[in-house]
Amino acid sequence: MATIELVQVEKKFGDFHAVKPVNLTINDGEFVVLLGPSGCGKTTTLRMIAGLETITSGKILLNGEDITDKPARDRDVSFVFQFFALYPHMTAKGNIIFPLQTQGTSRSEIEQRLNEVVKMLDIQYLLHLRPGALSSGDQQRIALARALIRRPRAFLLDEPLGALDADFRETMRAEIKSLHLRTKATTLYVTHDQIEAMAMGDRIVVMSAAIVQQVGTPAEVYHDPNNMFVARFIGSPGMNLIPGTYSQGSVQLPGNNVCPVPETYRSTLDKYGYDKKVVVGFRPEAVIPSANGVLSSQVYSQDLHGSYTMINLSMNGEIIHGRVERSANYAINDIVRFDIRPDMIRFFDPETESAIKAEVRNV
Amino acid sequence: MPMVEHQGRAKAGVALRAGFSVIVCIIFLIPVFWMLSTAFKPRLEILSIPPKVFFEPSLEGFVSLFTVRSTLTETQMVEYANRKDLTWIDKFALDRGVAIVGPSQYVNRVKNSIIIAGISTILAVIMGLFTAYAFSRFKVKGEGDLLFFILSTRMLPAVVVTIPIFLMYRQLGLYDTHIGMIILYTAFNLSFSVWLLKGFIDEIPKEYEEAALVDGYSRWQAFIKYVLPQSLSGIAATTVFCFIFAWNEYAFSLMLTSDKARTAPPSIPAVLGTAGIEWAAIAAGALLFLIPVVIVTFALRKYLLRGVTFGAIRK
Repeated sequence: MATIELVQVEKKFGDFHAVKPVNLTINDGEFVVLLGPSGCGKTTTLRMIAGLETITSGKILLNGEDITDKPARDRDVSFVFQFFALYPHMTAKGNIIFPLQTQGTSRSEIEQRLNEVVKMLDIQYLLHLRPGALSSGDQQRIALARALIRRPRAFLLDEPLGALDADFRETMRAEIKSLHLRTKATTLYVTHDQIEAMAMGDRIVVMSAAIVQQVGTPAEVYHDPNNMFVARFIGSPGMNLIPGTYSQGSVQLPGNNVCPVPETYRSTLDKYGYDKKVVVGFRPEAVIPSANGVLSSQVYSQDLHGSYTMINLSMNGEIIHGRVERSANYAINDIVRFDIRPDMIRFFDPETESAIKAEVRNV
Repeated sequence: MPMVEHQGRAKAGVALRAGFSVIVCIIFLIPVFWMLSTAFKPRLEILSIPPKVFFEPSLEGFVSLFTVRSTLTETQMVEYANRKDLTWIDKFALDRGVAIVGPSQYVNRVKNSIIIAGISTILAVIMGLFTAYAFSRFKVKGEGDLLFFILSTRMLPAVVVTIPIFLMYRQLGLYDTHIGMIILYTAFNLSFSVWLLKGFIDEIPKEYEEAALVDGYSRWQAFIKYVLPQSLSGIAATTVFCFIFAWNEYAFSLMLTSDKARTAPPSIPAVLGTAGIEWAAIAAGALLFLIPVVIVTFALRKYLLRGVTFGAIRK
């Protein structure tokens, strides 16, 4: 297994900047998810590591060794494609052992390793079938087996669940996760699905517009987003972002609402400046309805989600999502009073869109 | 009842379409039939009006095609008839008052056609395949311009460029050589083969090659073991089209060859007889000339349908 290091790695297609210089280290045995909307450069980044795409500038190190100019086959990494890329003229078994055959591995070794992955993925009954006869989930299992059998230094997965049906996706998600726990293989996983990223990653790399926006654990990117893009992109729905104006210990919000600023942020915001525009951010679950809450808004709509209810409030036109008890029942246009959990409140600079971080951390 | 009516109407539709197809086929086949019958007609009946559909077939045309003859005087004929070494063809000629003095150039012309069309087709398809693969798989700087440039070699009609090519070829010593004609036809066919094959290769998903690259294949191995088998139908279709072009080409060959490398198309209408135009010989020459194209097309016919509809169906 191995560490992967990207040093100022950059990719241009002509005038188009697909990936702006990125620095990233993936530790041995770590499961890192590259997350971002389509066209953000995450797949290009993965393909550069695999050697399927050349690099405009920068360096890629695998276990400290510079592999920037090595052809794909000499990099000793496995790649799993969104559309499986199983050779249609071979059986599942032929597909799985293909990489070993090209390496000239001995027959007994091939048999032994095949048995190993077959047991690991429980795919004995699929081996004699051709890809065309397999369901999409089983095709992806075979593709995973083909990646696993090589015992590569790193696994690169490009939206491996993207082509699967929704119910299958959950099963395969758990399967890949458990596979990683058993093999402890360095894994880089590309997806545009933030739920998948949150569920699977040890760390998440959020990308947008060819730039890495944030690298952190799922909890970090969820609770302490670096900027408004990450705040909006992570979570479903994303973070509530309400524009206001800061003045002495509180923020003026639309509709004559005044939001108190937690102690921890006071000095930072004082330095930021009085009467300056600021964006208040908080997760839907930070909305706490209470009869004498300091904020008030009008109910716009509400959706029942089974285990909870999502109320959508309009604060003078600014929509706020609140995740409340499932028993809650409001009528449209009701005025709801609520507080924001002080430990879950965040602030952003509307001009740069980046987070204003507290000098003193919550304890 | 409406069901029966519907079936009846459908049957009538099928009959109508079948009838229409038959009429179209007849129209297309009339020249072929005309050629076939002319090739076997005796000289006196070729130009008779109304044209004869039923006649006694004769090999006169074929004999004229393959031989050079000279007309005999009465005394020469008597003398000639007494010779002991006459073959059946000699006697056949003698009946018509001529003696065969040697073979014609027809066989050589067809041989030239086979060599030039065959080699230029193979070259055009192989070079086209690599070029098309590169354009399809790699980011080539100025791809659009280059592809247009390649296509533009085909935009000028042959008669416009033959004079400059003639002058160049004379300087380079390529005039009336096999190699010269092979180069010319390869260059002319290359644009077509690049464009056609690019369409086919674009349709082959590149993920398979990429999987093979990651799993230990070199680019060359992935190309040979995966891309090549997948593009067979495209290669076959391109081969047929390139071969037909090179086989039928007339204008370049007329201007750029005289004897050694002359191909069949310009030589067939130039079959000279001892008296008047030898229509039967011309028809016989054209008929035999058709055969190789028919064989190639027939051998590759199952790929052709996909070839002519390429790009029309998206998977």
